[in-house]
Amino acid sequence: MKTIDQINEKISSGKALVLTAEEVIDYVDKKGLEKAAKEVDVVTTATFGPMCSSGCFLNFGHSKPKMRITEAWLDDVSAYSGIAAVDLFLGATQLRANDPANLEYPGDFRFGGGHVMEKLVKGEEIQLFALSYGTDEYPRKELRTRFTIDDLNQAMMVNPRNCYQNYNVAINTSDKAIHTYLGYLKPHMKNCGYSSAGQLSPLLNDPYFRTIGIGTRIWLAGAQGHVYSEGTQHAPTCERGHLGVPSEGAGTLALTGDMKKMLPEFVRGVSLKGYGISLSLGVGIPIPILDEQMLLQTTIRDRDIKAQVIDYSTDYPERNGRVLGSVSYEELRSGSIDLNGTKVEAGGLSSYAGAVKIANILKEEIRSGQFLLTSPIAPLPAEQSMKAMKETT
Amino acid sequence: MITKKMLLYFPQCATESPIVYHLVKDYDLMINIFRARVTPDEEGFLLLDVSGSEENILKGSDYLRSLKIQINETVKGVSWDRDKCVQCGSCVPHCPTEALTMPDRTIMELKFNSNECVECLSCIKVCPFGALSSIF
Ligand code: SF4
Ligand code: SF4
Repeated sequence: MKTIDQINEKISSGKALVLTAEEVIDYVDKKGLEKAAKEVDVVTTATFGPMCSSGCFLNFGHSKPKMRITEAWLDDVSAYSGIAAVDLFLGATQLRANDPANLEYPGDFRFGGGHVMEKLVKGEEIQLFALSYGTDEYPRKELRTRFTIDDLNQAMMVNPRNCYQNYNVAINTSDKAIHTYLGYLKPHMKNCGYSSAGQLSPLLNDPYFRTIGIGTRIWLAGAQGHVYSEGTQHAPTCERGHLGVPSEGAGTLALTGDMKKMLPEFVRGVSLKGYGISLSLGVGIPIPILDEQMLLQTTIRDRDIKAQVIDYSTDYPERNGRVLGSVSYEELRSGSIDLNGTKVEAGGLSSYAGAVKIANILKEEIRSGQFLLTSPIAPLPAEQSMKAMKETT
Repeated sequence: MITKKMLLYFPQCATESPIVYHLVKDYDLMINIFRARVTPDEEGFLLLDVSGSEENILKGSDYLRSLKIQINETVKGVSWDRDKCVQCGSCVPHCPTEALTMPDRTIMELKFNSNECVECLSCIKVCPFGALSSIF
């Protein structure tokens, strides 16, 4: 019915009708699918939550005399230097050197890779400490200097797994409290933790990856980045519910973008007590409304998206595969769920208010012609399962 | 009878006087201590509710000041940094009172009502963004 080129023309001439994935629900309810599909050009989706599989490549330029860095720390957080002389990779979950971790359980995990990434985007000064064995053309063996993101040649965020299509809900059936990446879980199923933007979440609005694919231009914390691959653990072969929306993790995206253009509000270090460090990241993805079917997909609402409740005290660590029940995001967002007759308080780690904000920012950028849509250069795999680790005896 | 929340700050020259005893006995005040950290030779804090007649509260306050204890009625023990908060809501189920809430679940924004805070400190441990902190 509409092509991406036609939609881009409308965007460029300032005539595109853009709605957020929240607004489109009421719009279609009022206008009817057929009429709305003719009018709506783009639906913006977004998410803002912890995404551990994130990191960045940094290039420092050469010191005088030159150095081929073999070990490096950024504000005492170790960065991988097994690449070219002054390229480093900093991972979001890397803990600062000398942090006692869980030696005194539960550890605080105050500072790590995610926080260094936050400081970089904020334009704050960071210390680089580097060592090397020295070579004929790279004689320098030790280096300590301070820099900001402006001093770097490149700061490229490269995230192997972001935007999980859906995610499970963590609960604790044991009789002692546990600390997980989905938060602090009280004993005897007193509370549960979840992490998804639900009806706003990108891959829940395009569950079969019809418009989101490799090469899709995205809004990555304010910068225009793109999807460079399927994400690690991409496993779309799964249980699906209403409109084909998965009720488990399913698809994932690998994303990249220029950190020099990012907004600090949406790149945030995370300290999870007893667990470790992560990075909360804001992502927005536009969905071109090609036809009625695509519009229908974007009308998915929280009450129709289900997530599985998993016991993180035994079943999750032991990989038992047991599911305690299923709940909707409408319930989760209300602050409490009914799990087989018991009321359980619910708290999220993903910011719904933040996702709404991003969906609106992206909407404005498209409306004002600053952000154009792209066709994928290749689709994401539609059928694929996740393997468990092969362990030799 | 009125109730006032007070944060008492003891500089290093901490008093040896049993101040709570005197506030109760000499000024007829009711004391509800939320949280305290008073160690010899170091600065200390005491966070409490004081209830009694306005006159007695004033007199009791003068007594505390005479011991060089600083009284702060506006600073709270636990504070919320709006700029650091990402509105995730993970603190809400851990707050035993209505101090941390998301009153409108359609917009999912956090509200901090410090008058309801009982200084249990649970939220500080669960906030992944360091948005909640205690002054002591
Ligand atoms: S200290 Fe306790 S009562 Fe106060 S806001 Fe935090 S959780 Fe609520
Ligand atoms: S846990 Fe922290 S960041 Fe999340 S809503 Fe509460 S105060 Fe804000």
